[in-house]
Amino acid sequence: MPKSSTPTKKADAAAPAARLSVRKTYKLFIGGAFPRSESGRTYLVNGDNVALASRKDVRDAVLAARKAQPKWAGATAYNRGQILYRAAEMLEGRRSEFIAIGTPAAEVDAATDRLVWYAGWSDKIAQVLGAANPVAGPYFNLSAPEPTGVVGVVAPASLLGLVSVIAPAIVTGNTVVVLAPGPQAAVTLAEVLATADLPGGVVNILTGHPAETAPWLAAHDDVNALDLTSVADHSLATDLERAAAGNLKRVLRPPVNPADFAADPGLRPMTAFLETKTVWHPKGF
Amino acid sequence: MTATLLPTSDLRSVLHGLPGVDKVGVEARAAALGTRSIKTTAKAAAIDLAIRMVDLTTLEGSDTPGKVRALAAKAMRPDPADPTCPAVGAVCVYPALVPEAFSVLNGSGVHLASVATAFPAGQAPLAVKLADTRDAVAAGADEIDMVISRGAFLSGRYDDVFAEIVAVKEAAGPAHLKVILETGELGTYDNVRRASWLAMLAGADFIKTSTGKVPVAATLPVTLVMLEAVRDFRAQTGRQVGVKPAGGIRTTKDAIKYLVLINETVGDDWLHPDWFRFGASSLLNDLLMQRTKLTTGHYAGPDYFTLD
Amino acid sequence: MPLFEYAPAPESRSIVDLAPSYGLFIDGSFEPSKEGGVFKTVNPASEEVLAEVAAAGPEDVDRAVAAARRAFPSWSALPGAERAKYLFRIARIIQERSRELAVLESLDNGKPIKESRDVDLPLVAAHFFYYAGWADKLSYAGFGSTPLGVAAQVIPWNFPLLMLAWKIAPALATGNTVVLKPAETTPLSALFFADICQQAELPPGVVNIITGAGETGRLLVEHPDVNKVAFTGSTEVGRQIARSVAGTRKRLTLELGGKAANIVFDDAPIDQAVEGIVNGIFFNQGHVCCAGSRLLVQESAYDAVLSSLQRRMATLRVGDPLDKNTDIGAINSAAQLERIHSLTEIGSAEGAERWSPPCDLPAQGFWFAPTIFTGVTQAHRIAREEIFGPVLSVLTFRTPDEAIEKANNTPYGLSAGIWTEKGSLILAMADKLRAGVVWANTFNKFDPTSPFGGYKESGYGREGGRHGLEAYLA
Repeated sequence: MPKSSTPTKKADAAAPAARLSVRKTYKLFIGGAFPRSESGRTYLVNGDNVALASRKDVRDAVLAARKAQPKWAGATAYNRGQILYRAAEMLEGRRSEFIAIGTPAAEVDAATDRLVWYAGWSDKIAQVLGAANPVAGPYFNLSAPEPTGVVGVVAPASLLGLVSVIAPAIVTGNTVVVLAPGPQAAVTLAEVLATADLPGGVVNILTGHPAETAPWLAAHDDVNALDLTSVADHSLATDLERAAAGNLKRVLRPPVNPADFAADPGLRPMTAFLETKTVWHPKGF
Repeated sequence: MTATLLPTSDLRSVLHGLPGVDKVGVEARAAALGTRSIKTTAKAAAIDLAIRMVDLTTLEGSDTPGKVRALAAKAMRPDPADPTCPAVGAVCVYPALVPEAFSVLNGSGVHLASVATAFPAGQAPLAVKLADTRDAVAAGADEIDMVISRGAFLSGRYDDVFAEIVAVKEAAGPAHLKVILETGELGTYDNVRRASWLAMLAGADFIKTSTGKVPVAATLPVTLVMLEAVRDFRAQTGRQVGVKPAGGIRTTKDAIKYLVLINETVGDDWLHPDWFRFGASSLLNDLLMQRTKLTTGHYAGPDYFTLD
Repeated sequence: MPLFEYAPAPESRSIVDLAPSYGLFIDGSFEPSKEGGVFKTVNPASEEVLAEVAAAGPEDVDRAVAAARRAFPSWSALPGAERAKYLFRIARIIQERSRELAVLESLDNGKPIKESRDVDLPLVAAHFFYYAGWADKLSYAGFGSTPLGVAAQVIPWNFPLLMLAWKIAPALATGNTVVLKPAETTPLSALFFADICQQAELPPGVVNIITGAGETGRLLVEHPDVNKVAFTGSTEVGRQIARSVAGTRKRLTLELGGKAANIVFDDAPIDQAVEGIVNGIFFNQGHVCCAGSRLLVQESAYDAVLSSLQRRMATLRVGDPLDKNTDIGAINSAAQLERIHSLTEIGSAEGAERWSPPCDLPAQGFWFAPTIFTGVTQAHRIAREEIFGPVLSVLTFRTPDEAIEKANNTPYGLSAGIWTEKGSLILAMADKLRAGVVWANTFNKFDPTSPFGGYKESGYGREGGRHGLEAYLA
């Protein structure tokens, strides 16, 4: 018996009776693969059973993200940019699929263009944020940005929103664990990323109820930063920020007004998850 | 045969006075040499040379006389269907299996190498390592592959490492001594260069990269550094030392890259099984498959070659 | 006869579909010169004629500039994100057609396929990828976001397609339109690039390619309706161009010659330093403006470095550019070969000692064996004049100060190399060397993110990196 009160799938109304469709199964995206929740739970969305992520899935996703992070950060910026551009190619190719699941066409285009925008930041952010510092002494001194590590993201449901929180975190070499409330766009986006030569574990997407899984992510000692941009509930956001303080995660708080993902993102979504390393070396012979 | 000895109190300044190795530069050079395109007649000659350079190896806890007999038979006649196929350079086994291997190989021209000195970790008293060596030689090994004490090397006790090699060389008597540096544990190319020189100064006949028992084994850049070392050592002392990369060399393509490395770093004098060996097991079948492809014109499959 | 002879390993030419003739690429399509001029381009390795190309005359230059001018308003008004996507398309097509373009480049230029395949083409694609990403981020670059208008770009024959990428990518990303003239001896890859512009559906007139010789270039840079001139080539022509733009509002960047010092200290990682010396002067047959053409070796390391260098040079393979094992290809033209011969004869005449490893040079084509001159001092012409060939002059020094003095003692200032294991020495030398690019423990390394350009008579302006945008913005 379905647990949800939403109606079961309607029969294909307009199509001729000849061919039965093959329905997609909505699973989690962890380490480059699509496993079910270790809890075996699902929840109903528009008649589909969607994997319902548990705290153990969060744990597994963090492990996958951590494992993938050094190699992703160690790839050349050029390589990361190429991969994000390929993701844009894949997303463009699935335009009609996203439209069919309810994303407005203009939003799909905006999401694709946003991926292209971020692809182009990969090998430029260091030139904008970095600096040779003119210290008062015979020293070479250089500041350069570095990715902070594993970023936990409480994501919005829309495609443009998802791209706008995932891309800025990973383009600089972080890996992410994404808690996604609305499954269809999230899982289809996971398929886009899985076919874009993105190494497994760089992006991990857990469908389910963020209110249940976010506290585990926020308290996890092996997560370096937390993106709370899309947490509308102020008291939940406060609890998560408090939990994050346990290992002093870098926290990106929700904005005062709900985020407008169509607007120019600026640099903040990237700088929030970057450290700055400054190196000194004497000059002389 | 006697080592070119320097007063050991100078060992540290000798080793630390060697020119440094730039990692990015040496890896780029090795990669560039790896783009050489070796075709047709050159490839056929390279494959035959590579086969003759293989030290066909089995070093497992589960080795038995039966396994070793089969390996030795394959070493002498790698391709039963083709008598023009040369034999390999040597068979390499644990000391306990030397008698069995000897009974098959004796008089065949294929050398018999035994690992010794508490291979692979080398964590045993010196007396045990020397006994290990003597017994292997007595049982018929004409080559000994020893391990250096990495712990002593990495903590800077170069004199201890040196003394051990000298002692094992003496215990090995007439057998040729290969000294395994375990480059995967040495951490830097500078250390690989220093360990190479240390081994050669102590009397090594061959320097070898790896035991094959740790995750990182032979690589092209590490072998390049070792080839530069043997080249410079001969220029300085007049004595020629061989090089053996071991572990992780599985394809003909890889093997040919190593031959290119030799060719363009040290030249003809090392392009011979007396001065270069591959420590390998599955490489042989890939060499045989490629050899067959060159003669028949089509790709072969594993069913057509014997397991050892 | 060496034990290990590499058999011939030819790269196939069949991937390149060469037409017998090509027109000028103006306003999105190919058309013959209005004045009817044509000339031939040859393969310098065999002297075989590859194709006939149009020689642009004054009317053609006018039409090309007019086409670029017409295309400018709508191109510059496009949102940066849209311009970016055109450039990304071009970058992608270049990647997909890399092998074809590499073979073509080796045929027309003479450089080894190993280099055009592994160095030139990857950098070409990377340049377009890099600048594509700036098109919609100019507000972060620090130079404003107003393009200049029509850019007149004249490029040399040593890295034809790469020099084209260095010019066109930043110009288009910032919203300018271009008229580009490739070198007379290497027009083909630019014409294939025009085909790629069509494939990418780039709006007509945004890129125009006009082939021709020095006179075409002069007409182009002196055209009254261009806003920006970018030139890479000889210092002599650069000077003429600088004179011609005086008093106009045309912005100018120049990337000219060099006579770089490659400085090797006695604590250098010797084997890698020798690779760096070889790469510095023999890469691309020494046809490199930033070539390490003067080896400054510390006297205490002289014997070790020289003997290693000579041993290493003996493994260099000179021959058919399309053979995958060739290290040194053909000299680009008879004229350039003549210049190299003449300067090396002067070197011997002035008393320097000449050495080359034994080398079998093919009978047809233009060839020069890798050569070193020892016993060279600052007073020798071969230590001062750019030879632009595989010829290295070897000088010595005793102290870092002396190395700096000698390195800087030249009207040029494009690049320099430093080889030592000591970090503070590297950084202090880098501070004092008057060169736009300093390579420490490496040489001839290029990247689209890394600004490139010279001091003094090696030119002004930078190409590559965020800094490379400045030249194309108001």
